[in-house]
Amino acid sequence: MTRQKRSRSRLKRAVAPYLYLSPSLVIIGLLMLLPMVTVIGYSFQNSAVLRRDPSFAGLKHYQAIFADPVFWASLGHTLYFTCMSVVFHMTIGMIFALMLNSDRINPILRNILRVLYILPWLFTAVIIAVIWRLLLEPNGVVNSVLIQLGIIGSKIEWFSSPETALHAVTFANIWAGYPLFMVSLLAGLQGIPKDFYEAADIDGAKAYQKLIFITIPQLMPIIISISLLDFIWTMQVFPLIWITTGGGPIYSTEVLSTYTYKLAFSSYNLSQASASAVVILLISLGLTLFYIRYQKAR
Amino acid sequence: MTFRIKPAMLKMAAAAWLLGATSAMADTTLEFTQWWEPELPAGSLRKIMDEFEAANPGIKVTLVSGPYATTRDQISVGAATGTLSDVVGLDGAWVNNLNAQGALSDMNPMMDASKFDKAQVADIIKVDGKAVMFPVASFVYPVFVNLDLAAQAGVTKLPSTRAEFLEAAKKMTHADKNQYGWVLPLSLQTPSGVQNDMMSWVWASGQSMMENGKPALEGKPVVDMLTFVKSLNDAGTISPGIATKTEQEKVEEFVNDRVGMMVDSLAHVNLIRKRNPKLNFDIIPVPVVEGYTGKRGLPYASWGIGISASSKHQEEAWKLVQYLMSEKVNAKLVSLANAFPGNVNAKPDFVTSDKAFGKAFEIFKSGYLANEFTGLPVAEDLMTMFDVEAQKMLAGEQSPEQAAAAAQKGWMAKF
Repeated sequence: MTRQKRSRSRLKRAVAPYLYLSPSLVIIGLLMLLPMVTVIGYSFQNSAVLRRDPSFAGLKHYQAIFADPVFWASLGHTLYFTCMSVVFHMTIGMIFALMLNSDRINPILRNILRVLYILPWLFTAVIIAVIWRLLLEPNGVVNSVLIQLGIIGSKIEWFSSPETALHAVTFANIWAGYPLFMVSLLAGLQGIPKDFYEAADIDGAKAYQKLIFITIPQLMPIIISISLLDFIWTMQVFPLIWITTGGGPIYSTEVLSTYTYKLAFSSYNLSQASASAVVILLISLGLTLFYIRYQKAR
Repeated sequence: MTFRIKPAMLKMAAAAWLLGATSAMADTTLEFTQWWEPELPAGSLRKIMDEFEAANPGIKVTLVSGPYATTRDQISVGAATGTLSDVVGLDGAWVNNLNAQGALSDMNPMMDASKFDKAQVADIIKVDGKAVMFPVASFVYPVFVNLDLAAQAGVTKLPSTRAEFLEAAKKMTHADKNQYGWVLPLSLQTPSGVQNDMMSWVWASGQSMMENGKPALEGKPVVDMLTFVKSLNDAGTISPGIATKTEQEKVEEFVNDRVGMMVDSLAHVNLIRKRNPKLNFDIIPVPVVEGYTGKRGLPYASWGIGISASSKHQEEAWKLVQYLMSEKVNAKLVSLANAFPGNVNAKPDFVTSDKAFGKAFEIFKSGYLANEFTGLPVAEDLMTMFDVEAQKMLAGEQSPEQAAAAAQKGWMAKF
């Protein structure tokens, strides 16, 4: 075989994997990279999309959104909404998973609970928003029950009062999202070897000690992975907030997603909306990199 | 088997092809983007287009239809990319932006060239002196009154002034029974409550929120309106949940006997009857300030129409616009839509067959159409700004004067 033929066959071997990958690379490029790059481009243009000859704006739109107090309020609300959601998703998910994994509960009851607990996961965001709007409206079931029980003296406008609106939408999101944790942790619990608990029993460990020293450390990889993913997804929640409060009252439930949407489709300021979207992208990217590093370290 | 083509057959085929090709070349196809078709009875808009095509040989119309929000986005992008349809359905809130993009034709020269009678149209929306939109169909916003609740509350005379309205609202309110005098939807998701439920009080008294083309929110008319709304709120007459209430919820509360009065679109009459056939209601004009006797401004939302500046068929597009604005066709279209006509001579059939519509038509004819958001830049954004300040006022965070001043500051930045 001549040297030329050898180098050609080596080249073929080197290129082959990329050829196999090329269809998915093209799809990723078209569906993910292209829109992303386009939006980044818009954030540096004046009158992006709305003008045929947009001029270069530099960092003007980033400066404008960073100077807007509503943006910082939205960022604060987003962090509150996300952190509270993730913490409670994890806590409730863990409690329910432990309950469903326990041998002390009757198997029939356990199966019924399994179906009931997973129900919120079956609803779309729009249905969840409508359910909670109906439940929490001033004349809704929640106020009625709380008044009957003597817990509150008068009707509370849960979504319409600036004092309660953010807590109310966060609560609705917690209700909607805990099943992900529950299912993942339940799978993890079922994978913990029984020997560990038997050894702990022989050593006279109490229930809470088994939870702290066996269950939680064994579930830690799942807890961290799901928490990070939940953090990324919750940060981008839009329909639930949009349908329940529209970012109001005043700006009390404005989050980054509703802030960006209003810039784009209410103000038609697509350049600033793009800048805001890039900020969300960077935050999500940071979390994603953190997640990938964690996965690699494992 | 052999197949021989005879010369005569060949000639015939060539002639047929030529005929087809020339007639295809002679035909102009107009694209008409709008959100009306899904809101009208199935096939009815297409039928009107077929009649137009029959009356104008050589012009074909392709309808591009979608829901309102999708159409809005489609038109914005089309304007930017120069791919806007020849004829476009317009909302008054969009025209300023579209005009700034140079996307709409000035219909003044077309009207002059065709000797179009301008007196026959209810309104011509102008931006920078350019006639960019005609309202084809108008959905006016009077006050709906639940007559049973009014009678139970001892309201014998339906209110015609703001003071009378406040008194009636107080009488109709029984919070312990979940019953309120008025309903105000100020959801930020759809801030149109600012236009329909708040500014309508200003326009009804012949007043304005503008002065010399600029916002005048700190002026007496708007501050008085805010003070009036605040007094209704302070008296506990407004159904709770104002800040997140939408127009649909407002109608539901009225339908379910939970509120005595609401400002709402006449387009909802049939919906209200369908939802609660037993509901006994009447329609009255929006009450005015004490002592006002002039013509009342009637807030309205409209199906507008305009021509794309990038259309290569301006003449044909103008023919379609003229056709839809003509007396008979306009009457037919608005009868289908339960709307009021864009042509002042057109009389929709429902005004004679339906008492409520008949009364509303009298209100419509004795007043004038008023919607100052039409033609303003980023109208929805302006409403959102005003909405936020009104919410702060109703939450007790600021006075009507402060709310007006804050909204004025925000609006001026957009002008």
